[in-house]
Amino acid sequence: MSHAASTLKHMPTSLTARNVSHRFGSVIALDDVSIDVPAGRAVALVGESGSGKTTLLRCFNRLVEPERGEVRVGEKDVRSQPSVLLRRQIGYVQQHGGLLPHWRVLRNVALVPTLQKTSDAEDAARNALELVGLPAATFGSRFPHELSGGQRQRVALARSIAARPDVVLLDEPFGALDAISRADLQEAFDTLRRDLSVTTLLVTHDLAEAGRIADEVVVMRKGRVEQSGTMRTLISAPATEYVARLIERARAGLEALRP
Amino acid sequence: MRGMSRFGLLLWAAMFARSMNAQSQTADPATRRQRVVVASKPFGESYLLCEMFSQLLESRGFSIDRRPGLGATEIAFGALRTNAIDVYPEYTGTGLIAVLHDSLPDSVVADSRKVFSHVARRFADLYHVRWLPPLGFQNTYAIAVTRQSAARYHLRTLSDLARESQHLTAGFTADFIGRSDGLVGLQRVYGIHPRTVRPLAPAVKYQALASGAVDVIDGYSTDGLLSKYDLVTLIDDRHFFPPYEAAALVSGHLEQQSPAAIAALTLLSGRLDEQTMRKLNRRVEVDGEDVRRVARDELAALGFVGSAEVTHITSGQAQSGFARYMWDRRATLAALTGRHLLLVGLALLAAVIVALPLGLALERTRPLAEPAIGALGVLQTIPSIALLAFMIPLLGIGVIPALVALWLYALYPIARGTYTGVRDADPEAVSAAEALGTTPVQRLMWVRLPLAAPVIMAGIRTAAVITVGAATLAAFIGAGGLGEPIVAGLALADTRMILSGALPAAALALAADGVLGLVEWVVAPAHRRRRIWRRPTEASA
Repeated sequence: MSHAASTLKHMPTSLTARNVSHRFGSVIALDDVSIDVPAGRAVALVGESGSGKTTLLRCFNRLVEPERGEVRVGEKDVRSQPSVLLRRQIGYVQQHGGLLPHWRVLRNVALVPTLQKTSDAEDAARNALELVGLPAATFGSRFPHELSGGQRQRVALARSIAARPDVVLLDEPFGALDAISRADLQEAFDTLRRDLSVTTLLVTHDLAEAGRIADEVVVMRKGRVEQSGTMRTLISAPATEYVARLIERARAGLEALRP
Repeated sequence: MRGMSRFGLLLWAAMFARSMNAQSQTADPATRRQRVVVASKPFGESYLLCEMFSQLLESRGFSIDRRPGLGATEIAFGALRTNAIDVYPEYTGTGLIAVLHDSLPDSVVADSRKVFSHVARRFADLYHVRWLPPLGFQNTYAIAVTRQSAARYHLRTLSDLARESQHLTAGFTADFIGRSDGLVGLQRVYGIHPRTVRPLAPAVKYQALASGAVDVIDGYSTDGLLSKYDLVTLIDDRHFFPPYEAAALVSGHLEQQSPAAIAALTLLSGRLDEQTMRKLNRRVEVDGEDVRRVARDELAALGFVGSAEVTHITSGQAQSGFARYMWDRRATLAALTGRHLLLVGLALLAAVIVALPLGLALERTRPLAEPAIGALGVLQTIPSIALLAFMIPLLGIGVIPALVALWLYALYPIARGTYTGVRDADPEAVSAAEALGTTPVQRLMWVRLPLAAPVIMAGIRTAAVITVGAATLAAFIGAGGLGEPIVAGLALADTRMILSGALPAAALALAADGVLGLVEWVVAPAHRRRRIWRRPTEASA
């Protein structure tokens, strides 16, 4: 297992979804969706709730097994190995961190290295905490409820990178934070992912956030890809009226702040 | 899986029973052959007769296993039929109506000897159970009112009562309300429809009547309390109540195995008249004399046993303080408390062993969960007496059926707590743990069970307190425990005796909850444990 992880490390990992469709009961969540996240880049999935963006994200660590289509992490189909092993190679942060409330911060962060039976799991956790700006000496022995919301999300971020994965999946990781913590954490993450050259797929409903963090943006609506490209492309040449309206709304939000 | 566990527990219970039997067998095989189980129903006169049977047999060299205070007719008779007990005092009218459900022509019912021979023949045919010749007195239902009520409403007969019944509040024993030779029949034959019918425990009905809380009660014609409160017994002018001749009811097993015991018990036939019984009951129920002493005195008066001073309990002690009373009984109470703990501990342990995995399994098959836990909940609604009565044909009387009943009652809170606790354990934490590559077993052991621990423990603590309380009812099927003095005290109208069982039981409930509270602290998730016992955090230190 750790052998597999180390080989991945030398070969930057891309994410690919090809013609993926999925339904929950009779509700169509994904309708023939294809996206690419080049190795080492960050792509943001943007859309309203129900657009299918979280479902697509969860296909990459097999929390969702799509009915049709192909999902690849690197060269390998996600189904080529047990889901538990796949997930340990992929960082994951959800909106409400999902820290284990009865574990101290250090143990939380050491979760994935421990699962991988890494001998120095605690060292890995300490390093990860340093990277997100929370010194282990101060924060390692606290319980999650003794931290602020922003600190908790930093711990969740540290947990997702403690085993140094090549890929991280972020599901609205900044969504529940106040504006200042959010901006701080976005900045911290942006630096981090460039330093570690980690391939990132981010789900957000906030176009501005997508523009700040991602190299490329995929706009989703009703289970389909509305448009994908750089933020610049989206602004200069919105492919549909929906994308144009989305940009207009984000801009109006910023205008309202002008003196 | 449930079926398996249940089967496993029955098997375990059976093995436990064998080992207990083995213990008593090793004591002395010779005396064991001569061992007679003497029982009673839970009211004063029945206790007294049970004690007289026991002492009489003891004086003839038998060793006696006393099981006084068995639930009610269903439990006592059920136990006799299945040879779980050998003898208890019963009344022909009860046998006729509550057991046989026979209706006889009025001419037969009016003749107590015809009723006795009918009942004796039918019991022998149907149940292979023998009625020994009657003891010599009748103890029929006595519908009683205060002298003031009798004067005010002009009450002399039950027909008079029917005329005025819509103005009156009745306080009847639960037994009487339900029996066809009780209120049901009175309504049919006389048209007696009281304004309100309050179910009352036998021990309190006389006080309720005297204090004016109720206007009319059901008593027994030989009750010692009838004369104490100066009550008027209404005449059964339509001869509704059948004769209730008291007699020893003997199991087929004893009849075959021990003619000597039958002969000894038959010595009492025809020797106790109504006046004597009323006097003896009064000594027990009103004067608070010890049942053993009263029984001994009467047997001595009849010349069956020597009159040597026998009891260590003097009437002077009956006046001493409650603390002294408890202290004098410390050995007995300790033994009863030990038995109580054994019942509660084993039942609770078995319930945890079954209900905890069951709750976890149901959490993985959620459509089944509510019906299954609901079914366990229905068990809670079965009155314990009914459940205990139901078990006698399967498991007899004593510790085993009591354990099974307590176990059944303890399942629901534990299964419910486990299911709910694990289902609702911090969903964010559980989903994050899944997304990061934990296996289902790791999630259960690391996340879900620790987070569910407080809810699971709440279920176990609830079950423990319920079980401590319910175990007092185990006395109704002769399983011992602190219910024994409670049941006896209720039957004998002896408040101190009731308290001598109730107070240790209450303390035990508190202690059980406290001990499990400590367990809860140990298994509580770490972040919540710290709130209970604050220490400076390592970080801030």
